[in-house]
Amino acid sequence: MTVSERTTIRSNGATAPDATGHVLSVEGLTKLYGDGCPDCLRLTGPETETNSCPRCGSIVACADVSFELRPGRTLGIVGESGSGKTTVLRCLYGDMPPTSGDAYLNAYAGGQRSIFKADPQERRRIRNFHLGMVYQNPRQGLNLMISSGGNVAERLLAAEWRRVDAIRERAAGLLGRMEIPLDRMDQIPAYFSGGMQQRVQVAKALANGPVVVLLDEMTSGLDVSVQAGVLDLILEIQREEGIAMLVVSHDLGVIRLLCERTIVMKSGRVVEAGVTDQILEDPHHPYTQLLVSSVNS
Amino acid sequence: MTTSREAMGTRARMTPMHVQVRNLRKQFNLHILNGKQVLAFEDISFDVPQRAFVGIAGRSGSGKSSLLKCLYRTYLVDGGTIEYTRSDDTTIDLVDAEDDAVLDLRVDEIGYVSQFLRPTPRVTALDLAARPLLRRGVPRTEAHRRVAEYFTRLGLPHDLWDGYPILFSGGEQQRVNLARALASQPRLLLLDEPTSALDSSLQREVVLLLAEARERGTTMVGVMHDIELLRELSDEVLLMEAGRVVDRSAGLASEPAQHLVTAGGRA
Repeated sequence: MTVSERTTIRSNGATAPDATGHVLSVEGLTKLYGDGCPDCLRLTGPETETNSCPRCGSIVACADVSFELRPGRTLGIVGESGSGKTTVLRCLYGDMPPTSGDAYLNAYAGGQRSIFKADPQERRRIRNFHLGMVYQNPRQGLNLMISSGGNVAERLLAAEWRRVDAIRERAAGLLGRMEIPLDRMDQIPAYFSGGMQQRVQVAKALANGPVVVLLDEMTSGLDVSVQAGVLDLILEIQREEGIAMLVVSHDLGVIRLLCERTIVMKSGRVVEAGVTDQILEDPHHPYTQLLVSSVNS
Repeated sequence: MTTSREAMGTRARMTPMHVQVRNLRKQFNLHILNGKQVLAFEDISFDVPQRAFVGIAGRSGSGKSSLLKCLYRTYLVDGGTIEYTRSDDTTIDLVDAEDDAVLDLRVDEIGYVSQFLRPTPRVTALDLAARPLLRRGVPRTEAHRRVAEYFTRLGLPHDLWDGYPILFSGGEQQRVNLARALASQPRLLLLDEPTSALDSSLQREVVLLLAEARERGTTMVGVMHDIELLRELSDEVLLMEAGRVVDRSAGLASEPAQHLVTAGGRA
């Protein structure tokens, strides 16, 4: 198996950027757990340092999150546990519906209609054809009891690939690209190391030629040397394929490596946004200053 | 007194402007230190004509690196403007430009040689230095070829090319850093102490390489401790002290400007 075997990941006619030049724009994304009350948003957030509404007890996981993503660019979302960063990804991927807000994907309805307003069937289609997701826990992104090749094939079938030989070829190419030895393609990921499982997840997330890939703390469980290898592979593929990425991490080292722009979240709100080196070297918000000064990235 | 500023002004009428900095001010507000405020610099104005080299001299802590970082948007400024003329002659104020516009410029036009390299783990010297070219869509082999030229000129031992710069010495890292910036031939190159870890023979080579880059059309703003070296490279040298420009003088790189200053009785 030649590891360097190059696979074209973009396969299903990625769309050109719309007039605004964005592949994705998110406007006012808000997610509440609970019934909510008129005071929820006012009584939660970074100033009060809580996500939990003192009046009605609802949890404001994230509120009024807005950002844009251009093709081939990588945006980092940093913040502590409970800041709402994963909720943003989940809403976008369709794992849960947002309470309010809109997200426009230029691959869907020419960016004219919010993907949150799509009916369930369309929503599934958006996820199967245009998005990719890598979860923190491989268990969520993979079926550990079917072969790694089968995991990738599953995704291709969802994107309506029909020819078995083409599916097999693509799965082999992607797994090879992610440095999974060919002889392990037919093994189940349950027998793989954590690093390998994550690489299979990445291969699966890229299979359908997505325009945006969402990465949720994907290297958090890996040791540092394995993490560096996985990150480098992602960077390389991203550069070659021009895929846009949204990277959620609490690890500023990962953010520095992968992301050109970064937004900082605290208590469900975006408190700062900027070019990544500016966020890390000249943070303005008190919380970002605390975050950056707490670690050696 | 005929200042070099007037000399630059004369040049400016002939040479189009590349960067115009006006009344720039930068202050750090350190919330985690009970709102302590630290002034990096203020009232900074200067012109950088296209293909010029403007040198910034001054002691440690005088604000020169901060100024460079503001030009690159690594730092945000608190006031003033940085008018930048792009290759298509449109202008943009880097102070309030959108992040994506700044990132576009970093890919297409603006290079930065930082004082210290921050190597990506498990990326070889060749790949790391080729990155700006790859980002522009130059094929890998071609990018490697261009980088190799600079590695050779800078005397980076061949057996290190496939090594990981994270393990290199300061001087070796600095050469990777320089090769990375020079190989991509940016329109504007910002240099922060690019020769601080190099011996004098390598410094000569860097001076030569920078002069060549200028010939090809690169504009430069450079910060250096070594005032002699800086003067040799520069058309104009700004001296900073405690966050202000306290003196401007002509460098040796620009014959006409030097002539004017000499005529004015300063040199």
